Amino acid sequence: MMIPLLNIPTQALFGQLLLGLINGAFYALLSLGLAVIFGMLNIVNFAHGALYMVGAFVAYFLLNLAGLGYWWALILAPILVGFVGVVIERTMLQRLSGLDHLYGLLLTFGLALIIQGLFQNYFGSSGLPYEIPDMLKGGKNLGFMYLPNYRAWVVVFSLVICFATWYAIEKTKLGSYLRAATENPTLVRAFGINVPLMITLTYGFGVGLAALAGVLSAPINQVRPLMGAEFIIVVFAVVVIGGMGSIMGSVVTGFLLGVIEGLTKVFYPEASNTVVFVIMAIVLLIKPAGLFGRTA
Amino acid sequence: MTAQAIHPTSAALDASKRRDEMVAFVIMAVLFAAAPLAVYPFFMMQALCFALFACAFNLLIGYVGLLSFGHAMFLGLAGYVSAHMAKLGTIAFGPINLNFGPVDPVIAILIGVASSAILGVVTGALAIRRQGIYFAMITLALSQMIYFFCLQAPFTHGEDGIQGVPQGKAFGFIDLSHQMTMYYFVLAIFLGAFLFIHRIINSPFGDVLKSIRENEPRAISLGYKADHYKLAAFVLSGALVGLAGATKSLVAQNASLTDVHFSMSGEVVLMTLVGGLGTIYGPVVGAIIIVAMQNYLAGFGQWVTVIQGVIFVACVLAFRRGIVGEIAHRFGKSL
Repeated sequence: MMIPLLNIPTQALFGQLLLGLINGAFYALLSLGLAVIFGMLNIVNFAHGALYMVGAFVAYFLLNLAGLGYWWALILAPILVGFVGVVIERTMLQRLSGLDHLYGLLLTFGLALIIQGLFQNYFGSSGLPYEIPDMLKGGKNLGFMYLPNYRAWVVVFSLVICFATWYAIEKTKLGSYLRAATENPTLVRAFGINVPLMITLTYGFGVGLAALAGVLSAPINQVRPLMGAEFIIVVFAVVVIGGMGSIMGSVVTGFLLGVIEGLTKVFYPEASNTVVFVIMAIVLLIKPAGLFGRTA
Repeated sequence: MTAQAIHPTSAALDASKRRDEMVAFVIMAVLFAAAPLAVYPFFMMQALCFALFACAFNLLIGYVGLLSFGHAMFLGLAGYVSAHMAKLGTIAFGPINLNFGPVDPVIAILIGVASSAILGVVTGALAIRRQGIYFAMITLALSQMIYFFCLQAPFTHGEDGIQGVPQGKAFGFIDLSHQMTMYYFVLAIFLGAFLFIHRIINSPFGDVLKSIRENEPRAISLGYKADHYKLAAFVLSGALVGLAGATKSLVAQNASLTDVHFSMSGEVVLMTLVGGLGTIYGPVVGAIIIVAMQNYLAGFGQWVTVIQGVIFVACVLAFRRGIVGEIAHRFGKSL
C-alpha cells in the first residue's frame, strides 16, 4: 500500500528519512567529538575523519585477525583509537600550546594525510565488507515502511551515547572540572587539578567517539580508507552551522542536517551533496555565530 | 611629526632594503629565464603556475593571517572557465545564450580571472563573517560546494574534464603552441603577478592588512574597516589564484577535477609552509620543491600523500619558519 505525497511514494520518503537520521547520527557523534576537543585544546581536529576510518578498520581487523565480533569492536575500537589519540596529544599537540591555533589544524591535517595514505597503500580505495551482527539482522515492517533493525540500532545507540556525553559534561563533578578548565585552565590548575592530563584524556575521548562512529558505520558504508576524508568536510560545515559552544547544540544540529540532507535526496537529488553547504552559507548570513554558538 | 624625524636612518634603510629586493628579484627572473636550458620547460611552466598559486595564497595567510583551506576552488574554476572559453567560447546562462567561438588565449585567461574574482567576492563575504579556525572550515566547505558544482555542471564534463584545449595565438600573433614561446609567456605572467603582489604587500593598503594580522580589534579601533580590507585581500588573492589556474589550463591543455579538489587546497598550504609563511620568496621555493617531489615520486602511489603528511607534521613541529623564513632569519633580512 502506498500513499503518494507530492508524487513521492511514502516508502521512499521514509527510507531516505531513516538514512538521513543515520547520517545525522554520524554527524552528531563526530561534531560532538570535535566540539569537546575544541573546547579544551582550542584546535580543530582535522584528523577526526581519518580516525573515524581507523575505528572502522579496527573493527574489521578484530573480526578477521582476532575473531572478535561487532560487540567487542564497539568497546575495543574506541579504546584503542582513544589511546592513539592520547599518544598524538602527548607527543605532538602538546608542543603547540601557546602557538596560533592554526598550527593545530595544520598538524592534524598532516596526520590525516599520513593515516589515510598508509591505509590506501595497503587497502587501495575499494570498500571491504563488514557484516551486520546476527542479533541485529532482519527488520520490521511498520506498515508505512520497512525498518531494518541495524539502522534502528544505530540511531538509538548514537542518541544514548550523545545524551550520556552531554550528561557527563554538564551534570557530573568531572564534567564541571572540564568546563571550568575550558574557561580558565590556569585557575583550575591552581586548585590542584591536573589540567594537562585532562586535556590529553579529552582528546583521547573525542577521537574515541569518532572511532565509535566508525564501527557503527562499518556494516552500512563498508570499510574504506577514504570513508572519512570527504565526510569530515560536511561535519565541519555542521560544526559551523551549530557553533562549537554547546554540546546539545552539536547533537541537535547533526541530526537535523542529516534529516534535511535525506529529504533533499527525495525532493531534489541534484542538491543532496551541497545542501549542507548552502545551509551553512545561509546561517552565516543570518546568524554568523552559528545556531547555538556564543559570539566571541 | 614624520617618521623620518624620529628615525633619521629609515630613509637609508628603506633604500638598502629596496636594493636588496631588486637584486633578489633580478636573480629569480634570470634563473627562471635560463631554467629551460637545464629543466624540462613543461615541468617549469607547471612549477611557475603553482608558484603563483602559492604566492597568491600567501598574500592571505602570510599578510592578513587568514588561513583559507579552499583556495583550490579559484584554481579549478578559473581553469575550467578559461579552458572552456579557449576551446568553445560559448556562454549559456538562463536566457543568455552567446557564442564567441574560441577566444584569444589572453581573453580566455582574463575571463577565467574574472570568474574567480566574482567567486572571491561571494565566498569571501561569507567567510570573513567568522574568524580563525572557523574561517578555515568555512572556506573548505564552500570549496567542496564548488567541487560538486564542477562535478555536475554540464560545461565541465564531469569526470572527463575539458580536454584538448587549444593554446592559440596570444593577442592574435604570439603563437603559444610553440613551447618556448609559451614558456616565456607564462614566465611574463608569473613575474608580472609576483611584482603586483610585492607592490600590494608594500603599499599602505598592505600595511593595514598586516596591522589586521597583528591585532584586528586594534586596527578596527583605529578606524579601519577590517572587514572591507579582509574582503579586498581575499578577492585579490582569489583572482591571482585564478590567473594561475587559467594559465595552467592553457599550459596543460586541460582542466580537470584535480585542480578543484580539496587536496589541492591542502597542497598549496604545504607549499607555502615549506617555503615560509609570510615571506615573499618562500611560496616560490616551496612550490618548486613540492612539484618536483610529486614529479619524481609519481611512481610511488599513495606514499606521496604519506610523505606530504610527514612534511606537514615536521614543518609544524620543528620548522615553522620554512626554508626561506629560516634563511631570512639567519641573515636578518626580509625575503
